[in-house]
Amino acid sequence: MTRIFFIITLLLSFVNPLQADTASDFDSALQLLKQKNYALKSDAIKTIAASGNPQARAVLDAMLNGGLFIRKKEKDLVFAQKRGSNYQLTAVLSGEDLGQLKKRKLKKVGINNTLRGELRSALALLSLNNPDPEKRLEAVNNMLGNIDAGRAATLRDSLENESDSSVQEVMRLGIALSDITSDDINTRKRAITVLHGNLHPTAWNSLTTLMAKEMDDGARNAAKEALHSIDVKRQMSSIAETLFFGISLGSVLVLAAIGLAITFGVMGVINMAHGELIMLGAYTTYLVQVIMPDNPGTALLLSIPLAFVVSGGVGILIERGVIRFLYGRPLETLLATFGVSLILQQLVRVVISPQNVPVTNPEWMSGSIEINSVLSLTLNRLYIIAFCLLVFAALFFILKKTSLGLQVRAVAQNRAMARAMGVRSERVDALTFGLGSGIAGIAGVALSQLTNVGPNLGQSYTIDSFMVVVFGGVGNLWGTLVAGMTLGIANKVMEPWAGAVLAKILILVFIILFIQKRPRGLFPQKGRAAEG
Amino acid sequence: MGVFRILKDDRGGQMLLLFLSIITVLIPLLHLLVPESSPFHVTTYGITLFGKYLTYALLAVAVDLVWGYLGILSLGHGAFFALGGYAMGMYLMRQVGDRGVYGDPLLPDFMVFLDWKELPWFWLGFDMFWFAMLMVALIPGVLAFIFGWLTFRSRVTGVYLSIMTQALTYALLLAFFRNEMGFGGNNGLTDFKDILGFNLQDDTTRIALFIASAVALAFGYLVCRWIVSSKLGRVTVAIRDAEDRTRFIGYRVEYFKLWVFTVSAVLAGIAGALYVPQVGIINPGEFSPLNSIEIVIWVAIGGRYTLYGAVIGALLVNYAKTLLTGIMPDAWLFALGGMFILITLFLPHGIAGLFRREKQA
Amino acid sequence: MTMIRNVRERIARNKVLKFMAPPPMLELDVSHGEILYLEDLNVSFDGFKAINDLTMYIEAGELRCIIGPNGAGKTTMMDIITGKTRPDSGRAYFGSLINLLELSEPQIATAGIGRKFQKPTVFEQLHVIDNLELALQCDKRVWPTLFAKLSSTQQDFIDETLQLIGLKQQRNKQAGSLSHGQKQWLEIGMLLVQEPHLLLVDEPVAGMTHQEMDRTAELLTSLAGMHSVVVVEHDMDFVRSIARKVTVLHQGSVLAEGSMDEVQNDQRVIEVYLGES
Repeated sequence: MTRIFFIITLLLSFVNPLQADTASDFDSALQLLKQKNYALKSDAIKTIAASGNPQARAVLDAMLNGGLFIRKKEKDLVFAQKRGSNYQLTAVLSGEDLGQLKKRKLKKVGINNTLRGELRSALALLSLNNPDPEKRLEAVNNMLGNIDAGRAATLRDSLENESDSSVQEVMRLGIALSDITSDDINTRKRAITVLHGNLHPTAWNSLTTLMAKEMDDGARNAAKEALHSIDVKRQMSSIAETLFFGISLGSVLVLAAIGLAITFGVMGVINMAHGELIMLGAYTTYLVQVIMPDNPGTALLLSIPLAFVVSGGVGILIERGVIRFLYGRPLETLLATFGVSLILQQLVRVVISPQNVPVTNPEWMSGSIEINSVLSLTLNRLYIIAFCLLVFAALFFILKKTSLGLQVRAVAQNRAMARAMGVRSERVDALTFGLGSGIAGIAGVALSQLTNVGPNLGQSYTIDSFMVVVFGGVGNLWGTLVAGMTLGIANKVMEPWAGAVLAKILILVFIILFIQKRPRGLFPQKGRAAEG
Repeated sequence: MGVFRILKDDRGGQMLLLFLSIITVLIPLLHLLVPESSPFHVTTYGITLFGKYLTYALLAVAVDLVWGYLGILSLGHGAFFALGGYAMGMYLMRQVGDRGVYGDPLLPDFMVFLDWKELPWFWLGFDMFWFAMLMVALIPGVLAFIFGWLTFRSRVTGVYLSIMTQALTYALLLAFFRNEMGFGGNNGLTDFKDILGFNLQDDTTRIALFIASAVALAFGYLVCRWIVSSKLGRVTVAIRDAEDRTRFIGYRVEYFKLWVFTVSAVLAGIAGALYVPQVGIINPGEFSPLNSIEIVIWVAIGGRYTLYGAVIGALLVNYAKTLLTGIMPDAWLFALGGMFILITLFLPHGIAGLFRREKQA
Repeated sequence: MTMIRNVRERIARNKVLKFMAPPPMLELDVSHGEILYLEDLNVSFDGFKAINDLTMYIEAGELRCIIGPNGAGKTTMMDIITGKTRPDSGRAYFGSLINLLELSEPQIATAGIGRKFQKPTVFEQLHVIDNLELALQCDKRVWPTLFAKLSSTQQDFIDETLQLIGLKQQRNKQAGSLSHGQKQWLEIGMLLVQEPHLLLVDEPVAGMTHQEMDRTAELLTSLAGMHSVVVVEHDMDFVRSIARKVTVLHQGSVLAEGSMDEVQNDQRVIEVYLGES
């Protein structure tokens, strides 16, 4: 009997909501929530949401999060929060403190998935009036999932008062999503125009649904075009994304290889410990962060010069202690520096830890720039790209414009002649090697922001770096840049269909085949001097 | 006889073969006849360990053939060793039959675990010993041939070639880690039961494997010695020292390199095949570049350009490794790294070089 | 039937796998009198023209001397003939049939062109006699090399050569332990046992005593006739002592050609050697 009564009340309230007494509507809807029937609860939620009652939001929110209960004895609705084994109760209407109660004396207002969805969009509807535009945007976005004529009407109303353009846009999308199901052909067509090129997934879905049942040819064609425009945009975005990932991976490769481009490319030294110099840079970052844990940003900036000094210093030690005795014997240099790499790795394992160590990203490096709903560029990758170009430019400047650079190039081209001109070639050797090593250290700082920092960090980068330098053409900085970027992009392009590991293997095979065709790399040094 | 002719002027080789004949008799005897309480008793573990060293020695000889006599510093011979090992491992895996944990008569355990329904095509035939043994030689050989064909013809030499070989083994390492490759992924192949019907845990099987390793080492040594003492060996040395000059007197350098490199890879594969049943496991770790470069240091310490030096180096370094990792596990990598530096700086001809210098002095 | 033959031809293993094809060994044809044709050759390194429209012919049995200042392109020319450097354009034929530009270095060597380098390069780790054995004209493929044994004729030939180059005593010494002059001789010996039709000799007398120079001159002149010999040399006395015809190279092309006297009185040659005055 009661049930029928409630239904009638409710129907009345829906048929003519404006005339209904909203306060009593709210109360009766609350009563409805105590019912087991989910259809009734669903109606109640709609009523509560439309009531404009200040408590509406709290009720729906509590219901969604499982904080709305029925007292078994009093048979009334209460908010309840768990306190130990008991629940702390608050009256729904008055907000009065009702003390604590055992769990078995309470009954939760149950919800199912359908209700959960309805609750969310009801809450979203309520949030449309929130003064914070972020909140409003979120609210509209939440509604997009299950839009109907009623909500669309709400959106239409809110749109008039809306000042934020991004919120407006999403609102128009929501309205269009509803309009597209309209019986009026012109409304549908208008909606299709709005959806044209919109990247939100709902736009694509509703357009495909429309395509399936639309009778009007004009609308069908318009919808087809709109879908096509979305597809094109999506494709462009995904290409842009791949490109972005590729360039950022390329930047990492260039950063790792650029130090080697100096020690191997300019000096001709095979340094198998190159990866470990990168690793030392990464560990420097870690240690600086350990010393100043509250300020990861400053620590990171500080690590750049420190890593340069640490890796550069170790590099000079390696050059003075080992490599200088082995000039002109590349295979021996390879073996000896490999020994150095083993010792450095083991040193880190013993002194610091054999496990990976955590390096935090400073706040300004996390987050992303959203281009559209499919494409967003993460900030840390953007920073790496910029950093890579910066290091490249700096190195280029050092080699081309400073007197050290001039001496380095002189010694590389003709050692005997350079010595005769008064260049202290031994000192230049040490400094050049230090420079290359120091840059490896800087690369380590950058890498610490992207990958795990551990004793094995450097290993794979040694081979990768050699590949990049050989591919680009030994002794050519531009070649290293182009080669690194090319390999990075190629890797990311292949990854989706080949998988990360296979992509890497394919790249290796490609380089082997490439060297076969052009043994001197992309940008070879020509002439008799290069025959050496 | 051929063997005597090959060893005519080779004191080191004569000693090596003598040494091998003695240990193949002595060590099984010390194990079987001397009571366990005696300090002269050799345990089963000892035999297996020594057998493992002998396979390493064969691997070192293979590396020395290309490095010492042809000038190719291969940083990827571990790959050929591992491929031979995998071929043997596949045979041993098929021998397990339905005695695996899941009891599938056809599929190895890891395939059942991955929910595979059929044996992949490349596992077919490995239940036959002769086929597996053919593959032990063929797979490393063919890979070396293809790799050599691509690189030697484009005249990639010296350090570039070394890095290429390292990239090769690195690529294989990545590939074999993948479960989809069908070689047991990360865990590799293990839990073997028997070989040719003999239980792998039996003492006699282990002694037989030990003797087989010694015989293989002797065989490998003789093959390499035969090559380097022929005119072909002189051509390889000529290529090593002056590649262009060798071309100008009419030798097709690429083909010489290709054949010697392939022979070396096959020997490495055989070594790997003998290694696996003795240690009882083969996993992708064997492909790691570090393993390959360790082989180079055995050869460097023993003395390259002397085949017996490679054997000495392999035995010594591995014995030292066993000792040191037992006492101070952390110190081994320091010692290894130190060896790389010290040997290249102060002892470029290795231990065998010391003998030679004394003889000349 | 023709179809079957066609198919068979197409799947013959040397057609499918190009590298299995035997090297195209054409007979050396000197019926037109010339053994070496170099026509319109051009080579440049990084914009620098090392060889500039070089055209030159060497007659069969001739002994030709080539002189020229540093950077005139003498060594680059030899590099082209022996296959070390590929020209940007032009033609190089050995006899009238063998196109040198299509052959690799070993193929050119096998076809019958031997070269002695400016800097003596012998195989230092090998014994003197091994150096000669390797250079010896014979089947130089892999398998025959593995099973190769010196026949008594070859043995005698090597002994004769050792006698000729004066290294009989040193036959079992390591080549690396020889003096500079002895290495020069060894390299000449290696050139001889190769039995080439055309010998390219780059600065043969650098580091030799006057007596040795005379012997070298004698040797080279005795070789001419049966062989064709091209000598590049800076030592004018030596050139005068052997030369019948001299070619002067300058900036990658032929400046003058003729007998030593003609060349020496050529105004342009004097300018080049004495500076533009």
